[in-house]
Amino acid sequence: MEKMYAGVAVNVNEEGYLTDFSQWSKEVAEDIAKEENVSLTQRHWDLISYLQGEHKKESALSIRKVGKSGVVSIKEFYELFPTGPLKVSTRVAGIPKPASCI
Amino acid sequence: MKDLLILGAGTAGTMMANHLKKELPDGWKISIVDQQETHYYQPGYLFLPFDIYKPSQIKKPIEKFIPKGVTLIKQKIEKINKDENTVLLKNGKSISYDILIIATGTDIAPQEIEGMLGDHWHKSVFDFYTFEGAKNLRNKLRKWKGGDLIVHITEMPIKCPVAPLEFAFLADAYFEQKGMRDKVNIKYVTPLSGAFTKPTATKELTHLLTKKNIEIIPDFAIEHVDGENKKIVDYGGKEVSYDLLVTIPTNMGDDLMERSGFGDEMNYVPTNKATLQTTVKENIFAIGDATNVPASKAGSVAHFEAEILTGNILRYISGQPLKEEFDGHANCFIETGHGKALLIDFNYTHEPVTGTFPFAGIGPLNLLKETHTNHWGKLAFRWIYWNLLITGKHIPFVTATMSESGKNYKDVVEEETV
Repeated sequence: MEKMYAGVAVNVNEEGYLTDFSQWSKEVAEDIAKEENVSLTQRHWDLISYLQGEHKKESALSIRKVGKSGVVSIKEFYELFPTGPLKVSTRVAGIPKPASCI
Repeated sequence: MKDLLILGAGTAGTMMANHLKKELPDGWKISIVDQQETHYYQPGYLFLPFDIYKPSQIKKPIEKFIPKGVTLIKQKIEKINKDENTVLLKNGKSISYDILIIATGTDIAPQEIEGMLGDHWHKSVFDFYTFEGAKNLRNKLRKWKGGDLIVHITEMPIKCPVAPLEFAFLADAYFEQKGMRDKVNIKYVTPLSGAFTKPTATKELTHLLTKKNIEIIPDFAIEHVDGENKKIVDYGGKEVSYDLLVTIPTNMGDDLMERSGFGDEMNYVPTNKATLQTTVKENIFAIGDATNVPASKAGSVAHFEAEILTGNILRYISGQPLKEEFDGHANCFIETGHGKALLIDFNYTHEPVTGTFPFAGIGPLNLLKETHTNHWGKLAFRWIYWNLLITGKHIPFVTATMSESGKNYKDVVEEETV
């Protein structure tokens, strides 16, 4: 389905995750973050670019992995995205929701 | 003479030794390394705290299951030198190999959470993923007077992801039988958004939790244990108080991986999920809980993997391409108390649903439904484990890859994540 963010129509799945990363922009991220009641600071952007980099490398994301990345601690990760660090941050970053833990 | 070396003589490693002893061509020698004396029937750890099994029913000497002609080396493993194709042991001896199979499993790592270990460990904070933990918890439960019982998962993935649910169900039945259920408040605290990792099963299991008066507290990411004030605190500041905390600590692979310079952030071995060859090196394979494949960490998974890995090792030896055959097949009983159990059967792509198993329309086992037959299946499994499973015998009618026959795939629920 399509959704309007920052004045452009982007493709998202039924949970609101972008299905085409090429449609992501900082403005789109700002709008998605607004929906999640998060206002983006430089720390958020640092994390977002780390997440996108890992996604490009096709490495599986987990809260522990982010905590060990040196970008943010787990504590800070929760402070940045209190309602669900991995769920919300990946959505804002325009990458797929990490597959469920087994 | 060529050498095949297996690291770890637990469920997966022992199965591989038995399979390969029968299948390897002449000219191959098999050795297996493990520092332990005892092979534990790990599903029994769930029953030990409730006095359903005695310790003697779940432990046997490791040697008993290593086939004749396979060399068992009882030593701690220091390091894998993948470039030299050697494994260094604690006693300083180095063993060379042509093919290596890593089957070192996973273990609890309670030290990962601040405050989990300490004076209260195995006094008011328990695990049941070790023999010691399960036995100490049994002794505690025998004389416990009641209060808030918190069943808690630290972080995923964990070995046997249904075990904490089973523990909560069995605790409900145990205290009811003792005539003190009204004195015990059972809460199930999980980092997941629901009762289980798979949506349709989550729906059924949530219903069961509610029916048994077990409160579920989801999305709880523990930051530390406050042992003195008996509460767990999450990163968001949420707190849950306990009188008795039964936790599944962080699970991690063997730190041998870290010492050897590979392994992911949880010390699991990067492994091709369909062939079970590692991405570390082409002559290194991995099986069971030690791998990073996105399947459940469970004995049934190791059993199915063993049949497929045996085929691929033979292919590797004869220079044929490996078969991308493993589909993530898992088959787990879920004890729900009062002599009943559920059964789930699933793989990488197909979540557990209702239906019959192993025969479509006949069963005799019922998928995702509480029945007495399923419970007898689980109890019979201890015999199957000691007599068929770890000795590498095929379990009748149960295939290594999952069968879709007899399963109801309509009305499945959307996948949930943390």
